[in-house]
Amino acid sequence: MSGPQPAPAERRSDEGGAAGRSARMFQGIRRGRRGGEPTVVPEAEFGSYYGRPVLKAPVWEWKIAAYLFCGGLAAGSSVLAAGADLTGRPSLRRSCRIGSLGALGALGASLYFLVSDLGRPERFHHMLRVLKPTSPMSVGTWILSAFGPGAAAAAVAELLPARVRRRRLAGRLLDRLARPLGISAAATAPAVASYTAVLLSHTAVPGWSEVRDELPFVFVGSAAASGGGLGMLCAPVAEAGPARVFAAVGAAGEIVASRVMEHRLGLVGEVYREGHVATLRRASESLTAAGLLGTVLLAPRSRAGAAASGLALLTGSALQRFGVFEAGVASTKDPKYVVVAQRERLDARAGRVRSPKSG
Amino acid sequence: MSRNRLSGPLDDVAGDAGHVAHPPRVGFFTDTSVCIGCKACEVACKEWNDVPEDGLDLLGMSFDNTGMLGANSWRHVAFVEQPRVTGRQDPGFDGLPTGTSGIPETAGAVEPRLREAPRGGSELGTSPLPPGGPEPQELGMPGFDRPGDLADAGTRTDFRWLMASDVCKHCTHAGCLDVCPTGALFRTEFGTVVVQQDICNGCGYCVSGCPYGVIDRREHDGRANKCTLCYDRIGDGLEPACAKACPTDSIQFGELDELRERADRRLAQLHDLGVGEARLYGRDPDDGVGGDGAFFLLLDEPEVYGLPPDPQVPTRYAPSMWRRAGAAAVAFALAGVAAFAGGRR
Repeated sequence: MSGPQPAPAERRSDEGGAAGRSARMFQGIRRGRRGGEPTVVPEAEFGSYYGRPVLKAPVWEWKIAAYLFCGGLAAGSSVLAAGADLTGRPSLRRSCRIGSLGALGALGASLYFLVSDLGRPERFHHMLRVLKPTSPMSVGTWILSAFGPGAAAAAVAELLPARVRRRRLAGRLLDRLARPLGISAAATAPAVASYTAVLLSHTAVPGWSEVRDELPFVFVGSAAASGGGLGMLCAPVAEAGPARVFAAVGAAGEIVASRVMEHRLGLVGEVYREGHVATLRRASESLTAAGLLGTVLLAPRSRAGAAASGLALLTGSALQRFGVFEAGVASTKDPKYVVVAQRERLDARAGRVRSPKSG
Repeated sequence: MSRNRLSGPLDDVAGDAGHVAHPPRVGFFTDTSVCIGCKACEVACKEWNDVPEDGLDLLGMSFDNTGMLGANSWRHVAFVEQPRVTGRQDPGFDGLPTGTSGIPETAGAVEPRLREAPRGGSELGTSPLPPGGPEPQELGMPGFDRPGDLADAGTRTDFRWLMASDVCKHCTHAGCLDVCPTGALFRTEFGTVVVQQDICNGCGYCVSGCPYGVIDRREHDGRANKCTLCYDRIGDGLEPACAKACPTDSIQFGELDELRERADRRLAQLHDLGVGEARLYGRDPDDGVGGDGAFFLLLDEPEVYGLPPDPQVPTRYAPSMWRRAGAAAVAFALAGVAAFAGGRR
């Protein structure tokens, strides 16, 4: 053994071989991405605690994404149903109300899933203990409480056989109330369509929080596209004009907002552009774009074209919700989306503090 | 004052929450420079609060086999091994055979496996080998050779361990509390944040609302759980179990104002001793959560301990998010009106 020898205080990190790599990784577990695998693009070095996540991954499951879609669909349908009722388009009103009843059924199913997905399902009504402006889930609970009964009652009135509607007292009452109930649902529909964006963005999840400026527009666009799509699927071409306009405006808005959202994102944009989420989002955009084209070109002429366009829009809207949901979940699993982004924020702030001195 | 309700400094948190004639705000100052990693805090917390076992896995990365804070671990002792010294400490390796640390190799093997876990390793005690995950990998451990008997002896003369006991930060502006839709999470008269277990319905919003990844839902119970700062003990004038058990006073409990002064004195002392890397974390009332009720003295960047470098309460953006959502809602309504007003066809 060769006695104490003067060793360099810190091993240079650019030395080759296993020892060099070891020394490099040894620096307070400072690492590139995925510990070890050589990548073509050099990744930002950042510190982490053995690569473990900083945040907790959401405990929410796919049911939340399904709920986002169903809620948007119900909102879009109820606007069309009320409009059709007021402008004398009985078939469109009928199909939208029935469609929205279907969506409400799906919403009801989602709510059932959500309730059963709660850690303590039997306590679901604890949501109604308070109204908390700082909690989008609390605000959303009350928005849904305002929207759901009106939309459901208007749809039930549509489904009642004429005999019941004319003769029974309850039927006559429901028949009278169908229009105001439908209008009340349509009045709360914009809130139903947009609050879910805040629900996701009001979190520490980087993939949801960073898209807070665009997500409401993506979600209302998606809601309008799906609601219009359902109208085109169910109503005859002659009465589906408003549904086509609503769907086209929604789809175009959704595509633009979604593009802007993805384009503006920094590092966390990776979770939108990579892997499973990228597949979902590409499929969503293609279907929505195809549905938009079909809505403009085919739907005014052909019943089959209208139905196909409607289906494409509905599927595109659903995939949009799943894509955004999954992107957020993915962004919590790698600490870099927290650490690198927050480091950049700190450096920018430090730069702002320093610059008055230098300037 | 009113502009500080959602974020930023707030002098009287308990008063802001509606408590009148309340006791002063209390908290923890965790001085990690004297932590010896004994985990007495983890044990004492579990004993007192009846917190269930969190998995008996070996995590394969250090002496830390807890992983992170969660529903079933309200204190978590982090272990980090680094090839440098603290201040004028002597690692005692001179003249001894030394070798490279095994930590980077094991950490490099463990990390990709964490991503395979259902929640990316944010579950407590995540084994590097979740069921159905990747195949085991031979790491040559445990070794029975003396350090340095193998290749490249003499590469590790500088050495230190960082140990730090992490805990819920009891933020001035708590993300978990803000988003809780049932009112189960509440601000106590001591300025701490506690879950009322008889109210929580396990919606899971707080889990995503916390910028530190602290609170989580307990499996098989369904409710959210986290540190209560021993609400039952401090109400009786006792200090929390972890602080009581800490043998080196690394965990100090007290009135927050007094703790902040004490931390400032300790920081100045360490800087005088040549430990320039010492820093306070969560002490600043101007940070993204309005300052932490439980703050820390660290010897490296926060992310090295698994802490976010610049956490922000999501509520900070609530007004702007609702404005955007309102604009989107108006656009949605206008599109609906336009659909009927436009095409008479």
